[in-house]
Amino acid sequence: MSTATANHGQDPAGGVTRRDMLFIATGAVGAVGIGTVAWPLLSQMSPDASTLALSSTEIDISKIEVGQIVTVKWRGNPVFVRHRTPKEIKEAEDTPLADLKDPQTDAQRVQKPEWLVVIGICTHLGCVPLGHDGPYDGWRCPCHGSVYDVSGRIRSGPAPLNLAVPTYSFLTDTKVKIG
Amino acid sequence: MSGASTYVPKNPVLRWFESRLPIVGLVHSSFVVFPNPRNLNYFWTFGGILAFMLVCQIVTGVVLAMHYTPEATLAFASVEHIMRDVNYGWMLRYIHANGASMFFIAVYIHIARGMYYGSYKAPREVLWILGLIIFLLMMATAFMGYVLPWGQMSFWGAKVITSLFSAIPVVGDSITIWLWGGYSVGNATLNRFFSLHYLMPFMIAGVVGLHIWALHVPGSNNPVGVEVKSKKDTLPFHPYFTVKDGLALSCFMVFFAYFVFFIPNYLGHSDNYIEANPLVTPAHIVPEWYFLPYYAMLRAVPSKLGGVCALFGSILLLAFMPWLDTSRIRSSNFRPVYRVFLFIFFADVICLGYVGSQEPIGLFIPASEILTAWYFIHLLIITPALGFFETPRQLPASITEAVLGPRAVGGSGAFAAARTAASPSVDG
Repeated sequence: MSTATANHGQDPAGGVTRRDMLFIATGAVGAVGIGTVAWPLLSQMSPDASTLALSSTEIDISKIEVGQIVTVKWRGNPVFVRHRTPKEIKEAEDTPLADLKDPQTDAQRVQKPEWLVVIGICTHLGCVPLGHDGPYDGWRCPCHGSVYDVSGRIRSGPAPLNLAVPTYSFLTDTKVKIG
Repeated sequence: MSGASTYVPKNPVLRWFESRLPIVGLVHSSFVVFPNPRNLNYFWTFGGILAFMLVCQIVTGVVLAMHYTPEATLAFASVEHIMRDVNYGWMLRYIHANGASMFFIAVYIHIARGMYYGSYKAPREVLWILGLIIFLLMMATAFMGYVLPWGQMSFWGAKVITSLFSAIPVVGDSITIWLWGGYSVGNATLNRFFSLHYLMPFMIAGVVGLHIWALHVPGSNNPVGVEVKSKKDTLPFHPYFTVKDGLALSCFMVFFAYFVFFIPNYLGHSDNYIEANPLVTPAHIVPEWYFLPYYAMLRAVPSKLGGVCALFGSILLLAFMPWLDTSRIRSSNFRPVYRVFLFIFFADVICLGYVGSQEPIGLFIPASEILTAWYFIHLLIITPALGFFETPRQLPASITEAVLGPRAVGGSGAFAAARTAASPSVDG
């Protein structure tokens, strides 16, 4: 013991000393401490409880005429509800999958063929596309020129994906719940 | 910052203080007696101008924060309140808004000067990289500041730029939602941007301290790019460079004041006087002018991830300039071929800015692609290759010779000998 004290706690034989133990224990507590404090500091930036609470919205679709697109707000974003004409439905269903950048059949994107419900956020950089615009008469994004068809599928421009379909359900024939 | 100070105050109180905290000596050695190359031209005054602009932005910003409300339903009105009701609020806001533009004008000239005179070359690589870190922090600060008035351009600019992160594979969407604090840009986003916009200038100030420290180790580069060899090559910072910086700063402030008092909205966008509306995108979104070249590159690549990579890559590549440029000659004045290509590069960036301001239709699409490609070709191919193929012009033996001519240094024979002896060590 007197030898160890003279060497400031270092064991001359190279074994484990009390200082090694303290060093490792302090380091371990420090690492765990940093981790447990870092997580709340990062997590506080995620959507808070009040934002998460607004996660669904109900809309009455009985007033939407054939051919009309209505924009509703859901979780701060626009959602397009499009009452498609028979011609638009046919165009959407007849599009060959080979023409699509993000191949999806129309049936995969709608619950009822007359009603298309998509999130109105361009999948490129988040602008709101303009309806009844572009060569497919679907949507065209004013920011960087992405073109979507009547099924909200990306046809040209820089956007990589189709307009997203939110979770929704028909509560009745005239009432849709988004979220 | 230039080694131990020889400063000894005469005043006994100051001497008492100096022996306890030698801060006056630090200022004295860094900004009074600090030896600068005697041939610095007016392009070297932009460092001082930038320091002034940082202080100007912090002072006006702190004052504006006393009247601004970072809440989505109140922010737009609080900015109008500053403009109409607060005493001199209009002036402070216009100084702050135009000050950001002036800051970027000065930083672009400062960076271009560094590129032209090879200021990034050894032993100033760390200095150059610290400068690029400041530039990145400035871009982040300016971007977040532009969101705060909560107008249409604020909102949609924020939406487009934060959506860049959604291009990251797998985790992109989660990161974007985390940044927004919601499912879209909203009140949470505005609030955190205000907090960070207030924080970042002080981070910039910290890195500026390191930048000056790194500058004062080797000292300033100069227009001929030959290192200081003797005391004759230098002049003390005060009064020679304080007055030069002061004159340039005064001229710059006249320019600045013209914008603030006569055309305060010239560099802004009228759509930002419409309050943010998350359901309607303006017909034509453009960022502030200082981001236009990068915006053009983002749009030029016909893939989302590719565009984002081009945008960040264009800035990241500049950090590698010290190693991409293989020439041992610093100043482009002595590099006849590189000089031409560098001017083409500067023109390329300006053209990218113009293309970025236009709608992406017709000829602007191939133009943006060619200009973006050239940006990378210049940095990745031409710059490294020219170092091997170019024959540089003869460098002067010293800064003094470059200023006063060979005769002032010594006889013509001595000059020729000195030149031969000096040239190998010129860029060491």
